[in-house]
Amino acid sequence: MDTFEQLYKECLTKNKTIYQAAQENMAIEADISVDKVRSFALKSLFEMKEAIRSGLISKELSMSGMCGQDCYKVQQYYKKQNSMFGKLFEKIIEYALATSEENIRMGRIVACPTAGSCGIVPAALIAISEEYNCSEFEQINALITAGEIGRIISLKVALAGAVAGCQAECGVASAMAAAAVCQLRNGRVSQILNASALALKNVLGLTCDPVAGLVEVPCVKRNPFLAVHAITAAELALCDVESKIPLDEVVDAMGQTGALMSPMLKESSQAGLAVTKTGLKVQKQVFD
Amino acid sequence: MKKTTLFDIISPVMIGPSSSHTAGAVRLGLLAKHIYKNTPKKVKFTLYNSYAHTGKGHGTEKGLLAGVLGLDVDDRRIKDIFNSDIAKNIDYTFSYADNFKKHPNTVDMVFDDSMFVSGESVGAGEVAIRKINDFNVKLTGRYNNLILVYKDKPGMISQVTNLLQKEGINIAFLNCDRNAKGQEASMIIEIDGKMNTSIEDEILKIPDVYFVTYVEKLEN
Repeated sequence: MDTFEQLYKECLTKNKTIYQAAQENMAIEADISVDKVRSFALKSLFEMKEAIRSGLISKELSMSGMCGQDCYKVQQYYKKQNSMFGKLFEKIIEYALATSEENIRMGRIVACPTAGSCGIVPAALIAISEEYNCSEFEQINALITAGEIGRIISLKVALAGAVAGCQAECGVASAMAAAAVCQLRNGRVSQILNASALALKNVLGLTCDPVAGLVEVPCVKRNPFLAVHAITAAELALCDVESKIPLDEVVDAMGQTGALMSPMLKESSQAGLAVTKTGLKVQKQVFD
Repeated sequence: MKKTTLFDIISPVMIGPSSSHTAGAVRLGLLAKHIYKNTPKKVKFTLYNSYAHTGKGHGTEKGLLAGVLGLDVDDRRIKDIFNSDIAKNIDYTFSYADNFKKHPNTVDMVFDDSMFVSGESVGAGEVAIRKINDFNVKLTGRYNNLILVYKDKPGMISQVTNLLQKEGINIAFLNCDRNAKGQEASMIIEIDGKMNTSIEDEILKIPDVYFVTYVEKLEN
């Protein structure tokens, strides 16, 4: 299955969910059993939880010294004051920051789909699972659903900031997370695909302009933003709000946007935030 | 080219922060070590372009050394590899250069002053070894590989592929290169499935095969 339209038809005609179609497909591809596919996903899920656990208790700075203590700050604040959006919101932004900060301090994370966007899928998936007491079985279903969304997108657009900007990294992670959340909330196949389309549409054109060429500014803080963004998309889709543009076409638009984007805004740190007065000052401090 | 799979999207488990600059570096070091068949006593790294400029902030040097020492991309020892016990008996140096003819993420490695390997980290953790000594190669670590150096003359490819056929091995990709007609040539054979290493000995018996080595694909 190379397009979302094909995936949708496969699910509809054979009365399957996305994760069922995806795990069967992967089993055939790798010549292994569906159980093996699911245990692979479980290992990733386990490592995602480990990264959150380590990230929540660390205050260690990154090698550049730019990032590493925001998760701590957020937790300290929420000890005194509840979030305006309640406990679930607190968890989502804490988990996203915890994972993303683990990444920049050379901790162990799951690149899902990439290292720079590693906090988005776990934060949304695990926070929602805890809130609604989703079983391990359901969590694996959600991760496989997210993975299938990322896989089909990647067949058209390489998931790399250097190729298509951050829309192809954090943006795609957000589309994957929206699908995972929708699956956890028992969304239908059409709702899941809509959730991803809505999430991805809203980040088209997102550039990759990291300060000093490091996966830190703006990447770390973009993770909690786009984890929350995924929840919005899932909520809308679960209410049967439809994306007027189908997911396949949104992906085409992302590919075209990425191709038209200047190379200076695609992971080369030659424009945008990287060359602001402060961005350049930080670069000098880090590397001179 | 191999299509991205579901597994590629929800993995690898890796030490951060960058798939190209950290995990890719580990894989390049690891592939070079597999080609050399041993852990070297001495290794010289030259980092180019983006690897040279932003390597430090990404742990690229740590990743390269960790790979050469045989660590995988998810090994927590990468972070503190310079102070690790396993790095005590290896003599390593890093130098840095700009060469815009090369890929942005290029590293040259010299093992024990005897083997030269050049590799690129091409994005999303994917890597390619592009040079072994004087030979152009393309070794991605995605498949099990057979590398040969031999005298450029008629019939060499068929002799080797006949041996593989006898073992029921399917060739996924085959690339040849030579220095000049009738001189040393190289062959990179990427295969599906595993190969019994005894085939290496069989291939070495073919007249005018100078060198053969089997490099297993990277697990992560």
